[in-house]
Amino acid sequence: MTATLANYLLVSGVLFAIGLAGVLLRRNLLIIFMGLELMLNAANLSLVAFSRFHLTMDGYPAYNAQTFVFFIITVAAAEVAVGLAVIVALFRAKQTVHVEDLDGLKF
Amino acid sequence: MQLALFWIFSTLMLLFGGLVVFLRNPVSSAMSLVVCFIWMAALFVTLDAYFIAVIQVLVYAGAVMVLFLFIIMLLDLKGDQARPVNLSAWAGGGLVLFGFLSVLAKVIGSDPRLAIQKPQMAMPPLDDVQAVGAVLFRNFSLPFQMIGVLLLVATVGVVLLSRREIK
Repeated sequence: MTATLANYLLVSGVLFAIGLAGVLLRRNLLIIFMGLELMLNAANLSLVAFSRFHLTMDGYPAYNAQTFVFFIITVAAAEVAVGLAVIVALFRAKQTVHVEDLDGLKF
Repeated sequence: MQLALFWIFSTLMLLFGGLVVFLRNPVSSAMSLVVCFIWMAALFVTLDAYFIAVIQVLVYAGAVMVLFLFIIMLLDLKGDQARPVNLSAWAGGGLVLFGFLSVLAKVIGSDPRLAIQKPQMAMPPLDDVQAVGAVLFRNFSLPFQMIGVLLLVATVGVVLLSRREIK
């Protein structure tokens, strides 16, 4: 008895929901950013699960999906670097990382 | 045995993922995120994706989270002081989450194509790094080079963004 594809997708979806909760409910910019990372990881988990559960014709996992995960991780690393630089620049200008203090675009 | 390991790994991963959102102190959040990523790597190992698991620990739990901790240290944040809770925002967020989770449970529970066991892999198993590397360089060599350019652009952008004054 092993875990089914549905189990993996459920865990991935719940992790995505936790990340979404972080983005929607927290008001610290850094925590919101960590929530984004959680959501990216949830997508990675479902991709790897699909790759293992749907073998190609010769009986090996679909490595295309794992290559896609590799690209996602690379883009996420670049995104974290740029995003944190923007947060630092914002902190220098406004002395806060709390989203409710950053209401310059509020109507 | 495998099923038990799967549930242990995923429960711990979701627990620490939840702590990321619920803890007040950003440093504690970042540390829980590191632990969450390591359990995620364990889940990748249960899916026979060893290369991705190693990359997950090296790049995410290592490099990205060290960057996060450095920034938290640089900004010298105190823990969030309690602010008045915006009830309508919490209600809206909870509603979105509830909708998402209920649709997800309905879809996953109703599709019989998802209730499959892991199919047996061909023998002998391929070397994981070699297999991913072959796909990467044979089928995706142009995206691979583009991602190199993307990293370069990101590096230059970060240096520009974090200069004191742009003249």
